[in-house]
Amino acid sequence: MAAAGVVGLAIGVWAARRPQLAAVALGVTGVILTIPSFALFGLLTILLGIGNPAVELGLALYALLPVIRNTRAGLGSVDPAVVDAARAMGMGPAQVLWRVELPLALPVIVAGLRQATVMVVAIATVGATVGANDLGQPLLEGIRGDDRDAIFAGALLVGLLGVGADATLATLERGLSRSRG
Amino acid sequence: MISLEHVTRHYGDRVAVDDLSVEIAAGELAVLVGPSGCGKTTTLRMINRLVEPTSGTIRVGGRDTRELPVTELRRSIGYVIQQGGLLPHLTVAENVATVPRLLRWDRARTRARVEELLELVGLPPAEYASRLPRALSGGERQRVGVARALGADPPVLLMDEPFSALDPITRLRLQGELLRVQSLVRKTIVVVTHDIDEALRLGDRVVLMRTGGRIAQVATPGTLLAHPASDFVAGFLGGDRTLRRLALVPLRSAELRPADGAAAVERVEAAASLRDALEAVLRSPDGRAAVVDGDRVLGVADAEVIRRAAATG
Repeated sequence: MAAAGVVGLAIGVWAARRPQLAAVALGVTGVILTIPSFALFGLLTILLGIGNPAVELGLALYALLPVIRNTRAGLGSVDPAVVDAARAMGMGPAQVLWRVELPLALPVIVAGLRQATVMVVAIATVGATVGANDLGQPLLEGIRGDDRDAIFAGALLVGLLGVGADATLATLERGLSRSRG
Repeated sequence: MISLEHVTRHYGDRVAVDDLSVEIAAGELAVLVGPSGCGKTTTLRMINRLVEPTSGTIRVGGRDTRELPVTELRRSIGYVIQQGGLLPHLTVAENVATVPRLLRWDRARTRARVEELLELVGLPPAEYASRLPRALSGGERQRVGVARALGADPPVLLMDEPFSALDPITRLRLQGELLRVQSLVRKTIVVVTHDIDEALRLGDRVVLMRTGGRIAQVATPGTLLAHPASDFVAGFLGGDRTLRRLALVPLRSAELRPADGAAAVERVEAAASLRDALEAVLRSPDGRAAVVDGDRVLGVADAEVIRRAAATG
């Protein structure tokens, strides 16, 4: 998730600068998102073998789309006059990005991270089918052994994790939009 | 202080600014005015290289603007835009401190400078320093914009339509404020506006531009009104340019009729303009107004006095 965050942010910033690239990046990540998780994990295990790495890579790929899309949208929503004024005062391109554009785009970027996180938590459970050691495991075992308690416990945990992560990021998001224009 | 030498800017096939040359002296307030699309904003933005000239040379303080790194150049030139262009996520104080921070001034010096500037533009720091831009009125934002542009005490100030988004009353007040601030700081200021009244009110000199990025006339407001160089200039100034010029000529310059004891009904201060005097004359039942300096009557003005003063002034 963290990896997807960083990579997605970087691509998002890049994409915001070049509209053509943005179309490509969103297209590619959009296609990735339509691949069923089971199939994607399956494909990746062929490359990386059964276990955690394949699932982690898969999840990172899924998380890219919302992160890139929101980073780009966030940067796009910054008032051009404000950026113009910042440049006119003698800020270099990096200073404009770090001191002006990213802070102003932050609420939208965090919203993207939030979406990505919730999605990843849900999809991660499928990872257990290809041997990842995660919360999908109790679910999977429960289903195999027809153990309702295990299914329930697993689902509850996944649910709590998802809701918890969502709530945390939602609070952050609200806090950010409150303190900023 | 600022010189543009044969400056041209193309956008593809379109010529925005065409072989424009003009000199702006140190401490002068020059106004670029003209119809929309005449290249006035492009001209302004070439001075701090937000737009690069296609050809020609621009010097600020004698130095070619291409000699310096662009960020360094811009930090030495204040820039004010419509609605202030403030950074919405930063407080008033942080906004004003932008350039001092870029120049790595120490904290104490920056803080002192911010307070000084907020005082200068009439915003008490205690009340305004920690506010966010969205908690300000349009006029207040514009003042912060001016304070920010003066941040590191640059010798040059560029203002792009600074008052256009304000209501007429606030606009008039801020124009007055700008002239007051200018009388204190004596910067070289270039203002862009499409409003000829604003140009005539603010400018020591007015650079009147016409479509195609060419200069129609460069002159003081008085000369512009008295001797428009072309039909285009006369047309842009409007049909009432004689009346407008009266507002620029001080009543002091008029040769008054002696006060003959018959108390005139209307009185007008000698410090006023010919326009104020005309107003008083027209209001007066006998067409005469006493010109006074405090309690002292200096003489009498009537329509003929004003006409003669306007012809010479």
